[in-house]
Amino acid sequence: MKADWLPLALVPLLALAALPLVGSVPTWVTLTVAGLAMGMMIFMMASGLTLVFGLMDVLNFAHGIFISVGAYGAATVLTRMRPQMEAGSLAADLSAMIPAVLAAIALAGLLGWFFERVLIRPVYGDHLKQILITMGGLIVFEQLIHVVWGADMIPLPRPSAITGSFILGEAAIERYRVLAVIVGLAVFAAMWLLLNRTRIGLLVRAGVENPEMVESLGYRIRRLFVGVFVAGSGLAGLGGAMWAMYQEQVTAQMGGQVLVMIFIVVIIGGLGSVGGCFLGALLVGLMANYTGYLAPKLALGSNILLMVLVLLWRPRGLFPIGKA
Amino acid sequence: MLARLLSNDTPRSPVLAVLLVAILVALALAPFVFPGTKSLNVAAKVAVFVLLVASYDLLLGYTGIVSFAHTMFFGIGGYGVGIAMAKLGSGWGALALGIVAALLASLAIALAIGLLSLRVRAIFFAMITLAVAAFFQILASQLSAFTGGEDGLTFRLPELLRDRLTAYYAVLGVALALFLVLLRVVNSPFGRVLLSIRENEFRSEALGYRIVTYRTVANCLAALGATVAGVLYAVWLRYTGPDTTLSFNIMIDILLMVVIGGMGTMYGAVIGAALFVVAQNYLQDLMRLASGATQGIPLLPGLLHPDRWLLWLGVLFILCVYYFPAGIVGKLRSR
Repeated sequence: MKADWLPLALVPLLALAALPLVGSVPTWVTLTVAGLAMGMMIFMMASGLTLVFGLMDVLNFAHGIFISVGAYGAATVLTRMRPQMEAGSLAADLSAMIPAVLAAIALAGLLGWFFERVLIRPVYGDHLKQILITMGGLIVFEQLIHVVWGADMIPLPRPSAITGSFILGEAAIERYRVLAVIVGLAVFAAMWLLLNRTRIGLLVRAGVENPEMVESLGYRIRRLFVGVFVAGSGLAGLGGAMWAMYQEQVTAQMGGQVLVMIFIVVIIGGLGSVGGCFLGALLVGLMANYTGYLAPKLALGSNILLMVLVLLWRPRGLFPIGKA
Repeated sequence: MLARLLSNDTPRSPVLAVLLVAILVALALAPFVFPGTKSLNVAAKVAVFVLLVASYDLLLGYTGIVSFAHTMFFGIGGYGVGIAMAKLGSGWGALALGIVAALLASLAIALAIGLLSLRVRAIFFAMITLAVAAFFQILASQLSAFTGGEDGLTFRLPELLRDRLTAYYAVLGVALALFLVLLRVVNSPFGRVLLSIRENEFRSEALGYRIVTYRTVANCLAALGATVAGVLYAVWLRYTGPDTTLSFNIMIDILLMVVIGGMGTMYGAVIGAALFVVAQNYLQDLMRLASGATQGIPLLPGLLHPDRWLLWLGVLFILCVYYFPAGIVGKLRSR
């Protein structure tokens, strides 16, 4: 396959185009880091959705639930770890955050397994029913979150060592955003290695291209499906936990609120493409922060504008995948 | 005569016929039989949502496409009337202008969305409509000089419609008339082509029907129906705001009503809307009792808490999609 570098240039181009508009370099640095951090978190939340779509041809409208559940899972652990979080040292913070994030991943993954097993399995291949069933799942599980964790918003203070900012020259960079960028890059790198350098990744990619062929070669594509679905849900849980710490609050609606943004990212990237999803997430994150600074009134709609522009250029997204 | 009025699509089930007649009689006599503001509000909401859900069913049940922009068209109707009446005063002229402008705007947007995204797969259309609807919601809250932002718009109606009883019968009459029109549409040759596209897209195309055209026309008709429903709701409430017209929760409500009532049957819209609105307003009272009665048992009071009524309708929704794809109406007719 011929490498397609053109879309890769979009992220630096967008960043450079914003520089003269923003005017001052320190502000631009702050905004760019904020945009990249936001993009990384969106990528974590969206990557599972696009992977599940690519492999199983299932578009999960209930994906937001995994995000919310991840956030609640992390919040439950963190609120029990108050002392460590206020200790002020990075080690103590990490000793609270790592279990919280693991809980988020485990809870969301478990829910994903249940979802695949009970709700989605009977409706493979029927898009109309998939959309309806996953919407139904969204309604029911959002209500169940209210039953389990109560209907009120939960405030979620960030651990002390990662609040506050670095000062780099004249630009202030929030520590949490740097952490988000590092985690996001690590997730992307791990995913890329897994998909391109391992046998499982080979099977997943082959499954996206041609499931019947993979099956006829003797691999159980069903197990692969379940694995990818659980992994995708876990990633959404991780993204949800990170996003909740970024927003410093947890609500049952948060998954639904970011769902539109995630769909936009997945459409921009090309349905089913992980690399496209990564690029799309960065573009959306940067765009949201630049327009938030330059034209606050436009900020909320900037994603949609970006989507329209990308679709005019490439109607099937930046990196379209075979069967879409 | 009656069969002609119903476009020869009679209920075909004694139970369904009794239910429909009961709902119609209840709506027609609501101001006299069930006195009180709350019950009249419930009756008007049922009438408006019957039209809204029926127009959505034209898309989902008859054409087989999922749109999440139906509340957007509902909102365009509401805001069309709201903006015209709030800015131009409470005359009939302003009302007419608002309605015509809203219908034209809906038509243009539905046409654009349809032509751009109905060529591709159902899933893509669902995502695009979700994004467009979200954009419209943002627009309505940001252009607060026009739309009143989050607070919405309150306005006064023309003299004649200020009487609640007249307003109620106007709403009911228009909703009923348009419901019969929609029934006519789905039972026309055009409606049959829509059904054939739903059942087998490839074959319909091979038979020589331009499926994009048919789908786009269906999308436009559904949008117009939703716009009129929005107009009616705004007229009834004398208010338009994001929460009453544009919110995603209403989209979820519409989905629940269509699926529980029965996809692909216009009567399903009547049953679904009536059941849902009544449940929304009265199920909570019942659940309050149940929740009180189960105090002490772990988890149950939480599940039966009055605010969790949507949970049970959601479960019913999922069961319907799996086991009764044609909903209550389909179940009644198949017996």
